[in-house]
Amino acid sequence: MELTGAEIVCESLLKEGVDVIFGLPGGAVLPFYGALSGYPQIRHILVRHEQAAAMAADGYARATGKVGVCTATSGPGATNLVTGIAGAMMDSIPMVAITGQVPRPAIGRDAFQETDITGITLPVTKHNILVMEVDEIAQAVKEAFYIARTGRPGPVLLDIPKDVLAGDRRPFDWPESISLQGYNPPGEADELQLSQAVELINQAQRPVILAGHGVLISHAYSELKELAEKAQIPVITTLLGIGSFPTDHFLHAGMPGMHGMAYASLAIDSADLLISLGMRFDDRVTGRLSDFAPNAKVVHVDVDPSEFHKNVKATVPVLGELKQVLNQMLPLVERKTHVEWLQHIDTLRAEHPSLYIRQTDELLPQYVLKQLSDITDGQAIVVTGVGQHQMWAAQHYAYKEPNSLITSGGLGAMGFEVPAALGAKVGRPDKVVWSIAGDGGFQMTMCDLATAVENNIDVKFAILNNGTLGMVHQWQEFFYDKDFFATVYSGNPDFVKLADAYGIKGIRVTDKTQVASAIRQAMETPGPVVLDFIVKQDEQVYPMIPAGESVNEMMEEPITERIF
Amino acid sequence: MAQKHTISALVENHFGVLCRVAGLFSSRGFNIDSLSVGETEDPSISRMTIVVGGDDSVLEQVVKQLDRVIDVIRVIDITQGAFVERELMLIKVKADTTTRAEIIQIAEVFRAHIVDVCPRSMTIEVTGKNDKIQAIIGMLSSFGIEEIARTGTVALLRDSAVQ
Repeated sequence: MELTGAEIVCESLLKEGVDVIFGLPGGAVLPFYGALSGYPQIRHILVRHEQAAAMAADGYARATGKVGVCTATSGPGATNLVTGIAGAMMDSIPMVAITGQVPRPAIGRDAFQETDITGITLPVTKHNILVMEVDEIAQAVKEAFYIARTGRPGPVLLDIPKDVLAGDRRPFDWPESISLQGYNPPGEADELQLSQAVELINQAQRPVILAGHGVLISHAYSELKELAEKAQIPVITTLLGIGSFPTDHFLHAGMPGMHGMAYASLAIDSADLLISLGMRFDDRVTGRLSDFAPNAKVVHVDVDPSEFHKNVKATVPVLGELKQVLNQMLPLVERKTHVEWLQHIDTLRAEHPSLYIRQTDELLPQYVLKQLSDITDGQAIVVTGVGQHQMWAAQHYAYKEPNSLITSGGLGAMGFEVPAALGAKVGRPDKVVWSIAGDGGFQMTMCDLATAVENNIDVKFAILNNGTLGMVHQWQEFFYDKDFFATVYSGNPDFVKLADAYGIKGIRVTDKTQVASAIRQAMETPGPVVLDFIVKQDEQVYPMIPAGESVNEMMEEPITERIF
Repeated sequence: MAQKHTISALVENHFGVLCRVAGLFSSRGFNIDSLSVGETEDPSISRMTIVVGGDDSVLEQVVKQLDRVIDVIRVIDITQGAFVERELMLIKVKADTTTRAEIIQIAEVFRAHIVDVCPRSMTIEVTGKNDKIQAIIGMLSSFGIEEIARTGTVALLRDSAVQ
């Protein structure tokens, strides 16, 4: 049977198990949409800005573990995807972006809506392909998905000229298998690396596990738990590793880094071994490298060898896929206890109550998150934007399950909160999904409330509204002599009226006593809901290790009340 | 003088791969001294020979980041091994009746070829290792060098060194 290029794309997507695409059509990609309308098995969710398509595909991928798919037209449509693609690249998210391109004869002549999107996305994609022949489409799609989801996942862009999509009918030839000469994702670890790593683990007196995104990518949660419990090693989860280990487990020792809990940073500081599992020693975690974990050897397990010694020199790097590596390690790791070390960490926890929320009548943003955590029993999927609210969401919500915090870590893209939440809910309709937004980021992508309404995507949007670009304002407070230039928003809309304009229920909360009931009311209301929490301004995120500093310069919240 | 490393990478001859590699070097701040690329015995595969400046930790990152690129098949740091390296240079030097003979003699010493002569200049083609190229540039500079075009280093491991 002979099919057009566009139909071959659709058939290929079916072969890859795709059942939802986020996108916005345009001239160059119209033939694809023409074919897609005849494929009801693939749900298309029409967004209002292509950035939302990419970020929704990202949120979908993080919530489900499947490859997120987004599509846009050429030129401005494609360039609008770039932020979302870059975010997926930084956080290792499996994504395939399909863009239409101007017809082949027009390429390179500054045609209408032409951009060299493959050139533009070279540094922010794991791979990209400009598909110049109909016969290449099936192979390209298969390769794209394979590359996106294996090894260290990442975004892959497929750029397909309009005449390739529309033209020549050709037979659909789905390749049985593909082999890429230059791509061989690691599996099990080398015996020598493994035995050296295990030796260090068995000898350590003050070991700490740093669990990162790799644990979630590899679905290695039970292996991590087994390792931690067998050798009684405390587990510190990075921002993107949150959920890989239950927050209420006695061995969980918080989140490290710039806004991590003080006890976590102090534990790392006095550790004699760091067992780094699928985390990359990002600068938000390490601070000044020369003072990071000064007393510790490092076992670094990762699927991407370029991360070894990139930021932190590993004593023993272990190359392999995390789940397999942990399974190799477990029988070799000795069952033991570290009673004194764990007691030391408990003492640190008591002396540095980083999660303490001040008793006050003012409506604190931290309080909202704590209430949300209690009311949802840590069972919701929490999607955040970027900024102060993001840090508070990471700190004060008690995440119990994997893939329950969805947040733009490496890129830190504001506006993530709305579209990523939509993608997460589409992927996990069985879960309660809360989008925690700053009033700054919310305004970047709020146009896609329309997408929520049109598709009845039941996300609860909680805006922590302090009328400021909060995190930037905090930096100006601490480091720029309180010169609050360009960080105060005086033109915000009435978010409840905005919700109403979209036909959504809006609830304004101005008082601490209304918080719990507002949250419950939102959850009992079917469909999307917008909550506008008017929170206290000038709150700072504590603790804070300023950029380029170390735990020695950590700033903790000045606590004036008796809390012991 | 910073350490220099010669890296040989086999890449799939796909559209954009040269761009991706060049972009990778610039975005990661690696210092490219020279880059030369051409087809191998298999026309679907090209060999890139890259001379990079930097210490061992920089080199380690260069090799690993290159290896990460899907279209890059294999990366070898051949600096430490026994390898054959060559570069070709065309050099146009000022030459008149008084200097022409001496320039020709210098060219002979370096086993270079004269490929163009005109009343006021002479173009010489030289092949050799980096130090030979530098040496002939040194010898000719006093006559006045008008233009230089260099290919960049290409290199192959000696068979005796291949494991």
